[in-house]
Amino acid sequence: MFVRGLKRKCFDGEEDIEGTLAGIKAIPSYNLQRQSLLDMSLVKLQLCHMLVEPNLCRSVLIANTVRQIQEEMTQDGTWQMINTQSTGQASLDRLVSTDILCRSSREQAEGKHVPSYGTFSKDFEGDQGQDNSETMSTASSVQAPRTLQSNVWEMENPQENKGNFQKSLDQIFETLENKSPNSVEDLFSEVDNSYYDLDTMLTGMMSNTKMGHCDGLETFSSPTNTASNSNCKSDLNELDHIVEILVES
Amino acid sequence: FLAGFGSLMQDVLWCFSQVKGTIDIGVTEADIISTVEFNHTGELLATGDKGGRVVIFQREQESKNQPHRRGEYNVYSTFQSHEPEFDYLKSLEIEEKINKIRWLPQQNAAYFLLSTNDKTVKLWKVSERDKRPEGYNLKDEDGRLRDPSMITMLRVPVLRPMDLMVEATPRRVFANAHTYHINSISVNSDYETYMSADDLRINLWNFEITNQSFNIVDIKPANMEELTEVITAAEFHPHHCNTFVYSSSKGTIRLCDMRTAALCDRHAKFFEEPEDPSNRSFFSEIISSISDVKFSHSGRYIMTRDYLTVKVWDLNMENRPIETYQVHDYLRSKLCSLYENDCIFDKFECVWNGSDSVIMTGSYNNFFRMFDRNTKRDVTLEASRENSKPRAILKPRKVCVGGKRRKDEISVDSLDFSKKILHTAWHPSENIIAVAATNNLYIFQDKVN
Repeated sequence: MFVRGLKRKCFDGEEDIEGTLAGIKAIPSYNLQRQSLLDMSLVKLQLCHMLVEPNLCRSVLIANTVRQIQEEMTQDGTWQMINTQSTGQASLDRLVSTDILCRSSREQAEGKHVPSYGTFSKDFEGDQGQDNSETMSTASSVQAPRTLQSNVWEMENPQENKGNFQKSLDQIFETLENKSPNSVEDLFSEVDNSYYDLDTMLTGMMSNTKMGHCDGLETFSSPTNTASNSNCKSDLNELDHIVEILVES
Repeated sequence: FLAGFGSLMQDVLWCFSQVKGTIDIGVTEADIISTVEFNHTGELLATGDKGGRVVIFQREQESKNQPHRRGEYNVYSTFQSHEPEFDYLKSLEIEEKINKIRWLPQQNAAYFLLSTNDKTVKLWKVSERDKRPEGYNLKDEDGRLRDPSMITMLRVPVLRPMDLMVEATPRRVFANAHTYHINSISVNSDYETYMSADDLRINLWNFEITNQSFNIVDIKPANMEELTEVITAAEFHPHHCNTFVYSSSKGTIRLCDMRTAALCDRHAKFFEEPEDPSNRSFFSEIISSISDVKFSHSGRYIMTRDYLTVKVWDLNMENRPIETYQVHDYLRSKLCSLYENDCIFDKFECVWNGSDSVIMTGSYNNFFRMFDRNTKRDVTLEASRENSKPRAILKPRKVCVGGKRRKDEISVDSLDFSKKILHTAWHPSENIIAVAATNNLYIFQDKVN
């Protein structure tokens, strides 16, 4: 299974970019495009938590897309592939692929990439400094995919990379849970379950996708690294426990 | 039916008739039309908007003096159906946007319709008052009480004509039955019950009873972590009051029979088309999500709308649709962009014409499409102010997919994705259509010869 539409764009991009854009070294691969789609989807899920009341159909469809990508990435062993790329170039590749995915072929041909890259990466760096103290943690959540990517690429030990990746994802999911309006009080109060369905569902969705990650980690983990894996597993178990309480109450 | 009615696309030329709404460049969000529906005779046309208002247009009597004006629609009644609410427990606003309007068949002089927002369904009675009583004994014409000692004779009050007044009154409010957002309402053919469907549940109501409803479908998983599919639309069969269908975000349609069980969680029929492996992508599921399902007037077919196609299904064949029509297949290579800007989640509706021979649905750039099921011809038309001269014939539009663009064609990249036609309606027996383009309502008719 492959994303035919995306691949076509990739080819279009190659033909148009080669001649017109000097300085862009990398041509986005399918994996990078898929990674961009995953990041975009995670951002969308977080953004929809900020809305008045999230559209459940949209959330479910996006969550299913995330799950699909993760399953595929787990199946084709992409975790290991990520580690083989060098740091700087890989980051740039990721920006390239996101941009190409979202532009029409006409814009690509007109070579509008170069100036926008500068602003794109600058915006990211700007945000990174600002949002540590923010309670509305969307910006930091958007940051999380990027920082965890660079963490992944910088670390030498592949097993540690996966541990970091999982922990950073945990951060995203935590911010998701804290974003929903009454989540903290709701965890410990005794009110009719149906009111928390939305929160439960959103938490549950994240738990589910997390399980996907953990399953993937398990297949690649070596015996020496059971410590870090069990750390992330215990985090998950705790969350599942809380969710169970919510669902049963 | 009128001769040549709707059966051959080449015989039907669509003309501009009217447009309602302001021409302002800036659109007030509250004015965005969110639903359009003709009543069963086509005499009335109702619209609901994001601001919670309902506007009903009435077709004027055709006059012999002006045969060209085939009954224009003029405002009949306007009322505020729903107000914004606040759910204090969840700290969330409940939008007043009218998601759907459905008319009841007329049984007396008054008109009845159901209107719903995300949480509450209301039954509205729209009635005319053109007489008022005059000549009371105990009070004078201004309503002031008369001094009894001054009354020397008795008279019988009489009804005198007055200027026509159309009143809308809420007769029933069906509230507190939906945890999730209501996407559909459908009046049953028994005219005693109706259903309301949200993302996970469908409830059956009796019009007379507002404090109870029966839950007839519940797809909420015991463990919400397992939620992967939601209900997207539902409708009763036009003749069989025990039968209804509901569609899902995974592109499936389930037909249920209420006689088999109180809770219709097990379908009687399951309609799903096998996936085309060559077209598989990460967006396959999203574009397969059904945004609308409609029974044909005959009750023999159902039509579904997903992001790129309209499909007609025979109730007797569950494994694939009998007809598939491409609405805007040129968007298939743009799905990633459309996912990024959320357009991929737009919910387009679809409608049958009165004889079930032509189907219509909307697209972007204020385009809407019609497909003739018999001739297999299709046409793309545009709802725009430029084509708004009275009785101006609409020119078919064409989207250029690649290569050389002809003079009148528009390229895919030039399409305006903010101008989307989500809601359309077709008169039950004539070639009159209503098309909602953001805050404007266009009415088109076929050419009068």
